[in-house]
Amino acid sequence: MSEYILEMRGITKTFPGVKALDNVNFSVRKGEIHCLVGENGAGKSTLMKVLSGIHEYGTYEGDIVLDGEVMKFHTIRASEKAGIAIINQELALIPELSVAENIFFGREILKNGFMDWNETNARAAKYLDMVRLNVNPQLPIRELRVGSQQLVEIAKALSKDARLLILDEPTSSLNEEDSANLLNLLRELKKKGVTIVMISHRLKEVVEIADSVTVLRDGATVCSMDQANVTEQKLISNMVGRELGTIYPTRSASHKIGDVRLEVKNWSVTDTKLERQILKDINLNVRKGEIVGLAGLMGAGRTEFALSLFGNTPGYKLNSGTIELDGEKVRFRSPRDAIKKGVAYATEDRKKNGLVLIQDVKFNITFADLNRIIDFGIINGSKEIVEADQMKTDINIKTPSILQLARNLSGGNQQKTVLAKWIFARPNVLILDEPTRGIDVGAKHEIYTLMNKMVEEGMSIIMISSELLEIIGMSDRIYVMHEGMITGELSAEEATEEAIMRLATNTEEN
Amino acid sequence: MQEKNRNAVLTGISKVAKNYAMYIALGVIFIVFQILSGGLFLTAYNFTNLVNQTGYIAVLAVGMTLVLIICQIDLSVGFLTGFLGACTARLLLLGVPIPLTILIVVLFGASLGLLQGFIIGKIGVPAFVTTLAGEFAFRGLLTLITQDIGTINVTNKTFKGISQGFLPALFTIKIGGTEFHGLSLIIGILAVAAVVFLNLRKRKEMKKYNLETGSVPVMIIRILFFSGLIMALVILLASFQGISWTVVIVAVITAAYHFVLNKTKIGRHIYGMGGNVEAAKLSGVNIRKVLIGVFVSMGAMAALSGVMITSRMGCAQPTTGTGYELDAIASCYIGGVSTSGGVGRVINSVVGSFVIMSLINGLNLIGVGISYQYLIKGIIFVVAVAIDVRGRGRKALG
Ligand SMILES: Nc1ncnc2c1ncn2[C@@H]1O[C@H](COP(=O)(O)OP(=O)(O)OP(=O)(O)O)[C@@H](O)[C@H]1O
Ligand SMILES: [Mg+2]
Repeated sequence: MSEYILEMRGITKTFPGVKALDNVNFSVRKGEIHCLVGENGAGKSTLMKVLSGIHEYGTYEGDIVLDGEVMKFHTIRASEKAGIAIINQELALIPELSVAENIFFGREILKNGFMDWNETNARAAKYLDMVRLNVNPQLPIRELRVGSQQLVEIAKALSKDARLLILDEPTSSLNEEDSANLLNLLRELKKKGVTIVMISHRLKEVVEIADSVTVLRDGATVCSMDQANVTEQKLISNMVGRELGTIYPTRSASHKIGDVRLEVKNWSVTDTKLERQILKDINLNVRKGEIVGLAGLMGAGRTEFALSLFGNTPGYKLNSGTIELDGEKVRFRSPRDAIKKGVAYATEDRKKNGLVLIQDVKFNITFADLNRIIDFGIINGSKEIVEADQMKTDINIKTPSILQLARNLSGGNQQKTVLAKWIFARPNVLILDEPTRGIDVGAKHEIYTLMNKMVEEGMSIIMISSELLEIIGMSDRIYVMHEGMITGELSAEEATEEAIMRLATNTEEN
Repeated sequence: MQEKNRNAVLTGISKVAKNYAMYIALGVIFIVFQILSGGLFLTAYNFTNLVNQTGYIAVLAVGMTLVLIICQIDLSVGFLTGFLGACTARLLLLGVPIPLTILIVVLFGASLGLLQGFIIGKIGVPAFVTTLAGEFAFRGLLTLITQDIGTINVTNKTFKGISQGFLPALFTIKIGGTEFHGLSLIIGILAVAAVVFLNLRKRKEMKKYNLETGSVPVMIIRILFFSGLIMALVILLASFQGISWTVVIVAVITAAYHFVLNKTKIGRHIYGMGGNVEAAKLSGVNIRKVLIGVFVSMGAMAALSGVMITSRMGCAQPTTGTGYELDAIASCYIGGVSTSGGVGRVINSVVGSFVIMSLINGLNLIGVGISYQYLIKGIIFVVAVAIDVRGRGRKALG
């Protein structure tokens, strides 16, 4: 028997108009943690979908060799039977069902033809224990934080007796603490003999955890390296095919920050569903040409703040608070109203409320500001193409053409499309919620450059981000939130990781 | 290797099926009825009749397409059409001039649509419930308005002309033993020219911006196919009495809706809202206004349909409109409107309504009883949608 549990040989996968994988070779040793990295659209998710039978046998060329045997998976079921479990980039849990039901979904435990709830819950508890998640198995999924949901996904995979566990960007929506937990868990699983393939854009954690790394670029394998050889710099240069300077670009020296553009005072909000006050007395402002960071842990209320501000979201009740725009008191009655007054919000959840997935890229880019492509009430097709194509180039959305449907883009490129939509709409104040989630290093740099360009042209940006380095690297000023309150404001000079974390967890200096 | 070839052939077939499923269904229906009826189906007379018969459902299907795109449904249009048709007859009976009658009825239909849209959009009662309630209510109103006289007859010739009249010939051309309606032929040629022009222009634009264009043979086949279809239709009509006003009305309505959906902001908002209502809201779409607008348009289309059916039958009856809503919805689905919203084209829905009416017309022609008609309609409907759905990779459960 060879040392490899898995060998994918000469895999080629084409979609109409796109060669997503071009003769890719990918080998994983037994019992290792193997990381797969590459730019957005490099083909990482596609490769794993081929492996797990989501893209079924016959739709690709090449061989999948598992333990020396050529496999032909026609369904996910088939790959699961062979011991492969995949956790996709977008979680696949059913929010309304309980944790236990989700774990055994499709493989329900029956007694005399009926659900055996005791056994279901007991077994679920066992697997939850394995992933060190301490929740009641009967709790509905929607009540768990993303980090915990991720762990449930892993418990589910373990319950299928997976020998090979595939995780597609498992940490992209987790905060630092949850990420660290997850990585520890992966190490433990490795000790138990599970082989792990992990896709990630967080190169720091890749360096930390990988036994070996494979780099993909434009659908081809660039190289595979062992732990001893891996450094962040090396990964980056292999991923993007060139050396990358500093990741946070500097703004032009002549750039001046202007007067206060948006001022929010005493903002308090109750969530009518949970019947709980979720935001308490928030005061913040952003100036013309300024990037203000909004830091905090997952669940600190940053997204809720943005949504409640952005106009009358159902489910939120405003208890008190005023908004001033350029010194004038305003109210946003709806998102439409806010957009009209020059305030826009780019969501963190691109699939749920960011994109119209069944429409093409140009439709999505122009959707929030159709007036720019309308002449005398009629959409000017040529203008639309030119403008959308310009955005695609500016922000480097990797897809053969702007006619590609949004749902066919890679995760990171979908994210870029959401950004493109709002940059196209040219608001005065842009709230970005986790703008670089799932975006590769090279593209991050491009997005940061673009953000700088926008503020230099006078836009004001509020950036919500859980990535401390990004907040520190990009912000002129930082507010930190904790449990629905602002616990502190830091200038760019004062901002350090420790200072932010202290405020974010609201612990006193000692 | 063999497997690969098989795959290539399969994708080839599914591609054709995807774009032309409806036309294939239509072709099959035509051939079957032509044989079963002993050649009666495709006579100029029957064909003209079929086209005119399709008019009032086609108009409903146009309105319904928008409703379905935004993931709503309107079950009330059947009796709404019947009721508004009866209103038309009543007004004419009172001596109200025709243009004014039509105007009043269309405004009335639009306001009933507004009412339903308001209940759905502002109050939040689901469309299925609201319009089901509407169906009951309009049925009641139709019965009420026809109660005293039963069938309301309309004798006005001009009014009947809306659905029974034809364009003036201007001149005729005699080929063989048949006289052809001149103006109709000219219109046909212009339509073909438009098809060619639009296809070429689109291709040129795509080329100009370096966007993918289909292969030239595919485009030529498409142009030939649609030109052929238009010419066959026009020649058949021209050999009888020419293009009817019904065709003109349907064509104008379809063109207008097509334009609005594809070339205006409101059209974008409709598609966007249908594709992802949350994203649309956060992108600044006033989703309530769009929804209400779509139901207003549906009401107006029901009114137009009512006018057309009253004119066609020369009367309004207490049962007129029964089942029209289902025919309209079926037309849309046959025409490829997605059951999960966000996708659909009015032109295809109109062709879909033609498929349905061909079926009804053909079955009547060969003397199939009404019970069998429903049975067959059901089967054909599900088969047609099955082909369409599979061709587009839009299976119900993914
Ligand atoms: N169903 C599809 N149809 C057409 N093209 C597709 C489809 N799925 C993926 N692609 C294309 O294949 C390429 C690879 O996509 P993939 O999702 O594998 O990228 P990725 O490496 O996972 O990127 P990311 O880091 O952004 O998640 C992209 O160019 C994408 O647009
Ligand atoms: Mg991916």
